[in-house]
Amino acid sequence: MNNGTYAIELQNLNCYYETFRAVKDVNLQVKRNRITAFIGPSGCGKSTVLRAINRMNDLIPGARVEGQVLFKGQNLYDPAVDPVEVRRRIGMVFQKPNPFPKSIYENVAWGARINGFKGNMDELVEQSLREAALWDEVKDKLHQSGLSLSGGQQQRLCIARAIAIRPEIILMDEPASALDPIATLKIEDLMRELVKNYTIIIVTHNMQQAARVSDYTAFFMMDRADRAGMLVEFNETGKIFTNPTDRRTEDYITGRFG
Amino acid sequence: MNRVSTFPQESQLRRLLARRKRIGWLWQVVFLLATILVVLSLIVLLYNIVVGAFGYVIVQDKVSPQEIVQTYTDTPEAALHTLSADQYRFILEQNLSKGLLRRLNSEAPLTERSREELYRLVVERVVKPRVVQSYSLVDSIFERDKIFAEAAALPHSRVEFRRWLNLDFLTGKQASVPELAGVRTALLGSLWVIAITVVVALPLGVAAAIYLEEYAAVVANPWLRRLNAVIQTNINNLAGVPSIIYGILGLAIFVRGLEAFTSGAAFGATADGATANGRTIMSAGLTLALLILPIIIINAQEAIRAVPQSLRQASMGLGATRWQTIWHHVLPSALPGILTGTILSVSRALGETAPLVVVGASTFITIDPDGPFSKFTTLTIQIYQWTARPQDEFRNIAAAAIIVLLVLLLTLNAAAILLRNRYSRRLV
Ligand SMILES: Nc1ncnc2c1ncn2[C@@H]1O[C@H](COP(=O)(O)OP(=O)(O)O)[C@@H](O)[C@H]1O
Ligand SMILES: [Mg+2]
Repeated sequence: MNNGTYAIELQNLNCYYETFRAVKDVNLQVKRNRITAFIGPSGCGKSTVLRAINRMNDLIPGARVEGQVLFKGQNLYDPAVDPVEVRRRIGMVFQKPNPFPKSIYENVAWGARINGFKGNMDELVEQSLREAALWDEVKDKLHQSGLSLSGGQQQRLCIARAIAIRPEIILMDEPASALDPIATLKIEDLMRELVKNYTIIIVTHNMQQAARVSDYTAFFMMDRADRAGMLVEFNETGKIFTNPTDRRTEDYITGRFG
Repeated sequence: MNRVSTFPQESQLRRLLARRKRIGWLWQVVFLLATILVVLSLIVLLYNIVVGAFGYVIVQDKVSPQEIVQTYTDTPEAALHTLSADQYRFILEQNLSKGLLRRLNSEAPLTERSREELYRLVVERVVKPRVVQSYSLVDSIFERDKIFAEAAALPHSRVEFRRWLNLDFLTGKQASVPELAGVRTALLGSLWVIAITVVVALPLGVAAAIYLEEYAAVVANPWLRRLNAVIQTNINNLAGVPSIIYGILGLAIFVRGLEAFTSGAAFGATADGATANGRTIMSAGLTLALLILPIIIINAQEAIRAVPQSLRQASMGLGATRWQTIWHHVLPSALPGILTGTILSVSRALGETAPLVVVGASTFITIDPDGPFSKFTTLTIQIYQWTARPQDEFRNIAAAAIIVLLVLLLTLNAAAILLRNRYSRRLV
């Protein structure tokens, strides 16, 4: 097994909500320091798979996961693994920007503080905000509420908050879907920058976005028979968009399908 | 096939519309009348209270002060309130029965009482001013001349404009004569009881709400889930239980069952606590805490539920534990709601009478409560007792006490509103 190149490996992943199987038999290997995009029609389980990777599904009553999520050779669903520790190593950015109702500074510092960061907090905050391409816009108002920023700035603040705890992987669930085109482009540029240091998995329903930013693309779809989401095709983004092997992928990316 | 067209013709349509509008107008009038009725009854209520709390009285002394000064001192021109403590004591000894003197001495020896206290005793026991007639504010305004004529006809009597609600009333102790009675003991009693109630009910209620909202909601075990649902249903039902039932519960648990604790015996009881047999501020406070606990829980649950899920996700997504998430994000966001609800339920507890009667509020105490193990009376109990007396004057002081209670309640409600406005602005 090559632990060096893969950041995450999904093996026979099945996700359930109560008795409903939302995702079935996903096998996927996510490369380190690459951007992997999950695309597919809505309701096909992209977010569910994403949440399974950092065990955010545990927070949903009745949600259950079978199969393995391997992170550095360790199954994250092993009983010995603490989900709190998992989320500290695999960060998340959500669809709707959700800064804390605290100051910009505190938004970035809080995660580090509760995780026992002992270094220079001012430096960490500045560095994280710089990495999130937000520093220049907020450096004079670090003590204003995070909620006073625009939507796009809020989302970058959430990214700064996520990278402040130095995760290895960042999960992004449609991070730009609530933003205007310019703010969206900024986020995309930022992702290309961040991928030098982090592994990024992004869910998007915007195919141009997947084509623009991602290195690898996974196409998900719902199985008509049992309404469970499944992985149809996974390949380099270029191949998926120019030369898909599966008929259904081609239908989807050419817009012939839903 | 023709298109189905069963809508009325143009002219009919207009008539129909007029009818619909008429019906709408009728309902509007009904709603307006309902509102007017509510406002009217509020006005009548306030009118009743205010009219009772202010007005002329005719006061008649049993013995005139001047007569006392002339009889018992060698300075016949002095006014009664300028005499010395020794002179007051002499007057008391000359005028009161042996039994009464002994009783007063056993409460606190006359020689140790202050000059003011002795003066009060002289007025209360010797001069014995009695309000022979009291008039409502309305009568005082419109039948002034008649009142003064009546007073002139009575020996050593005078007309006074009495604000039954005054500083003496607020700071005076309970007394058997309405003119001297004050609301101090009751006010302090109310505050003590409420303090115990809040100290007990707020942390318990918030803790239960946190458990039910943040922990019970994510329990996976189906049996535990069912148990939690049962608990929730019971709490919801408890909020609707009549308050007198809580009184009975409090009597059984706190007064009888836990007497050693509520009388303070377990902590080295005071004499007062020992004679109270568990009918103490502690019992009353705990009973009211039980009473408002379901309300506080439900209200805190709502406040906690109103905290957006995205905030919890953001926090947990950063590797925070559930407790860190609750402590740093959920509770601060829910706090204004929780406090607002608490203040409102406290004002409900302040207005309770029935459970306190059952728990055993004292009917007549003149000693200030000095701790949770004292006997107690409260504003509501006092009002209840005064309104039950036959003399008009007691109804006057009941009205004054009601004003005190209302002011207290309105202050609390205003605090709740202020708090809510302030925090909701700060959150954005
Ligand atoms: N919290 C939940 N509880 C129950 N069912 C859910 C929940 N979240 C998602 N689902 C179901 O799981 C399926 C996949 O949803 P999701 O992962 O959100 O899809 P996508 O992100 O691709 O739009 C859908 O059928 C959805 O109804
Ligand atoms: Mg989704």
